[in-house]
Amino acid sequence: MPHDHHDHDHLSPSDHPYRSDDDVPLTYWQQMEIALRELLIEKGVTTPEEIARQIDAMDARSPANGAALVARAWTDPAFKERLLQDASAASRDMGFDIGPLRLIAVENTAQVHNVIVCTLCSCYPRNLLGLPPDWYKSRAYRSRTVKEPRKVLFEFGLTLPDETTVRVHDSTADMRYIVLPARPKGTDGWDRDRLAELVTRDSMVGTGLPSTPA
Amino acid sequence: MTNTPSFYGRRWHDMGGSKAGPILDETHDFALWEKRVDALMVLCSGKGHFTVDGLRRALEDMGEAAYEEMSYYERWIATISQNLIEAGVITQSELADRMAQVAVRGDTYGEASRA
Repeated sequence: MPHDHHDHDHLSPSDHPYRSDDDVPLTYWQQMEIALRELLIEKGVTTPEEIARQIDAMDARSPANGAALVARAWTDPAFKERLLQDASAASRDMGFDIGPLRLIAVENTAQVHNVIVCTLCSCYPRNLLGLPPDWYKSRAYRSRTVKEPRKVLFEFGLTLPDETTVRVHDSTADMRYIVLPARPKGTDGWDRDRLAELVTRDSMVGTGLPSTPA
Repeated sequence: MTNTPSFYGRRWHDMGGSKAGPILDETHDFALWEKRVDALMVLCSGKGHFTVDGLRRALEDMGEAAYEEMSYYERWIATISQNLIEAGVITQSELADRMAQVAVRGDTYGEASRA
């Protein structure tokens, strides 16, 4: 809100307020991160390059990885079987570096809709899908999803038929879930790449469904 | 016990089933310092300096106020530091001294990050 901005000491060289992300004062916890990182580098625990590589590796993970798994499961029955049996192995088969992640895939059917949550903390298949959205880690999502999943799903814009069973899976650090959504109607004959475009992050968390074909 | 306990048989982080307000469909782009915290967690645990359970224990011991007042990666850097101190990788005074040096380098994260 530039017009509410009366603190002219904090204008940029072009006389505009600094963007809020550049403007914030150094916080105590940021000081701790800088100090800890420097100490770990000096002690030989890690290097700046190793930290940068780790950040790049995490940045490279995204829901697109999960979408590729789902699209293959939709088109390749043997792979789907493998995915449901051992999702970690199936992910590695597809060439995804998921580290020590133990992943379990749960299948949505005409009768059952699955949702994942982590009530105790924020466990999420981060080594496949990348870092979780903020709402997944929020108190509201963690508290309510196990108690009133239909209401939570409604708030995400998803209304399920009364006869659909809603199954909520509570993740732990050692065991994380991914939802295998049902393949949308009207996609007969589509190839994997085209199908993967329909698979949203939320459809793999269970708070959404895949996009419908245009 | 004379005081009423603030929880009944479970601790604050065990929040499944508790009452809470609407879920805000929000997210943010992670700041560089947050990505670095994440990277330090993965690297240090991967090298065996602490376990996920060690991190969880420290996080859960921070109490409810920390959850309400601190951001996610603020809680993480606090628990990573505590675990590394407990493991003897760094000392508390080393960390405090370095933080004091960092604090006077500049007013923003970018300025203070330049050693």
